[in-house]
Amino acid sequence: MTKTGHSATYEEVQKLHPLYFNIVRKRYWWFAISLLIIIPGIISLFMQGLNLGIDYKGGTMLDVAFNKAVSQSAISDTMKSVGLEGHVQLSNSDTTALIRTEALEEEKRSELLTALETQVGEYDKASLKEDKVGPAMGQELTRNAIYALIIAMGMMIIYITIRFQFVFAISAILALLHDVLVVVGIFSLFQWEIDATFVAAILTIVGYSINDTVIIFDRIRENEPKMRRGDSYEDMVDKSIWQTMRRSINTVVTVLISLFAVFILGGESTRMFSLAMLIGVFCGAYSSIFIASQILVEIKTHLKVNI
Amino acid sequence: MRRGNIIKLVALVLLVATAVALSIKPLVDPVKGIPLGLDLRGGVHLVLQAEPNKNGVPITNADMDKAKAIIAKRVNDLGVSEPIVQADYNNKRIIVDLAGVTDPDKAVDILKTTAKLTFRDAQGNVLLQGDELTDAKGGQDPTNAGGFVVNLTFSTDGAKKFADLTTKYLGQQIDIYLDEKLLTNPKVDTPVLNGQAYINGYATLEAAANHAVLMRSGSLPVSMSIAEKRQVGASLGIDSLNKSIHAGIYSLIFIFLFMLVFYRLPGVVADFSLIVYALIVLWAFWGFRVVLTLPGIAGFILSIGMAVDFNIIIYERVKEEIRAGKSIRAGVESGFSRAFITVIDAHVTTLIAAITLYILGSGSVKGFALTLGIGIIVSLFTAITFTRQVLRWTVGINPKMKTFWFGVRGDE
Repeated sequence: MTKTGHSATYEEVQKLHPLYFNIVRKRYWWFAISLLIIIPGIISLFMQGLNLGIDYKGGTMLDVAFNKAVSQSAISDTMKSVGLEGHVQLSNSDTTALIRTEALEEEKRSELLTALETQVGEYDKASLKEDKVGPAMGQELTRNAIYALIIAMGMMIIYITIRFQFVFAISAILALLHDVLVVVGIFSLFQWEIDATFVAAILTIVGYSINDTVIIFDRIRENEPKMRRGDSYEDMVDKSIWQTMRRSINTVVTVLISLFAVFILGGESTRMFSLAMLIGVFCGAYSSIFIASQILVEIKTHLKVNI
Repeated sequence: MRRGNIIKLVALVLLVATAVALSIKPLVDPVKGIPLGLDLRGGVHLVLQAEPNKNGVPITNADMDKAKAIIAKRVNDLGVSEPIVQADYNNKRIIVDLAGVTDPDKAVDILKTTAKLTFRDAQGNVLLQGDELTDAKGGQDPTNAGGFVVNLTFSTDGAKKFADLTTKYLGQQIDIYLDEKLLTNPKVDTPVLNGQAYINGYATLEAAANHAVLMRSGSLPVSMSIAEKRQVGASLGIDSLNKSIHAGIYSLIFIFLFMLVFYRLPGVVADFSLIVYALIVLWAFWGFRVVLTLPGIAGFILSIGMAVDFNIIIYERVKEEIRAGKSIRAGVESGFSRAFITVIDAHVTTLIAAITLYILGSGSVKGFALTLGIGIIVSLFTAITFTRQVLRWTVGINPKMKTFWFGVRGDE
């Protein structure tokens, strides 16, 4: 062990990591990789939009567990017999049916369930899951979520500006938008269904990603005043990133462990929620290292002044 | 070697183990434990939208209060434990959460009914309204016809009106309506002067009792439609709960192993702190009566992952300090104080997101934000008080212990 008695130099930090490579100098590569994921996502958002569930569009969703295997056509025919149309999805070796249709009044709903029982088969009433959302409710949810996101971002910009600098706040928020766009874009590309919990997932991703970014920024804030004449800002940021690399990786691994457990063992109702979080948390960790700090370097080197 | 520190640590381990053992029962108690949301125990969540009536009379807050009181009365009469009935005055809505209700369909039916009881003549003119009732109870048909009835008791005023009415319409039929549904149309044989009457023709006592609930609670001042309904069967809820507990246990085990392998001795301290963290969070849920929902549990599991982050930041910092030439003891102290600034900034920004979500979110989003917020605060608290002290004591056992135990390679 070297008893140097001073904080690690750039060379020492480089030596400490067997896989060291200069992240900051390759920053245009990272921007390119991110754009490669985000641009198709944005195109998809404009072309096919998001696969919104009934939480947003309004409608009724019934999750019916039949006592024996059933067929899709039997259910569709039964729905037609009571004058309804909708989407039926079978799972659990064809015993569980997920039925989506327009928002049903109580009478119509009972009529459908009775018809299913007589024409398709007996079902387990204790396992029945039903969601009904009026069309107006869904719009409110989306509006509230967007408000929440904008206000949260505004508050975070203020906090980071006070504790760091305005440039840091802008870089962090751009990285956040990057994470949100990646997740929303991927959900649009694959047309995965979005329900009410997606909003919670996005906001957690925002919370996690900002947390991760702030930790690296904290190191940059610590190293910045120690810069000597002739030191480049790029090297200082690169050093800061590598000094916090172990922490960045270990933390994201533990969080991903938690999320994987929920994704695999948490059951059907939290699957999409944990999937969004898995992608988002991974992306948040990536963007803290490869996007947020790089945007900061980009702005700083172009401005050459401290705001 | 400091024997005192070893004794302190052993005592602490025993204390925490006892706390865990004693906590399990009160926390999972079905009545007094952490309340479970209806997605974990089955039940119905309803958002009832007050519909403006045809005359265009605006719905006042007083109407909403009255509607809320009546719905709350009906809910209580249904015998649901810990029901939640809230009024949203801005949107003219009543939000009802009935967790653990056995027959959700019946509950929904009873809650959304306006339940205006009217007595009408053959031409449909309203002669008397249900407002004059003081009580309504289901019971046996007194004429021994075998059916069931709803026994009505009128107020003094109502009894007088009813007496006049039955005198006037003696020998004629009176129609009794609940909303626009004809319940029965008895022929008046003798004038009823004592304010006691009954409506017959119910096949079961339950049907009679249900109508009695509606008549007793009075009619809603506005008609209600169901804007949102989420119903979860009881066994499905238990299934989700079990799956979430599984997920939680497995993620804890893997995080424990991960920390042990990467951080060795401090890893043990981190794992120990995590147990304390989880215990405090669960008691906080219990204390604040946080209703645990599926997204809430996911938020809690995620917060475990983030609580570990605190330990990781500190240990990485301590490692750096040791590498920079400090002793383990000095490394722990300076590592802690430096990491603290980092962690405060990171956690406050996340807390800002959680608070915004809590204020602006609704339903499950709110629950998620609350669990996340509690998680962040408790994680800060545990790290500052508990982790720091335990780490000090551990280091104090032998200040010359090998840095290997801190995950710093000896040759570095």
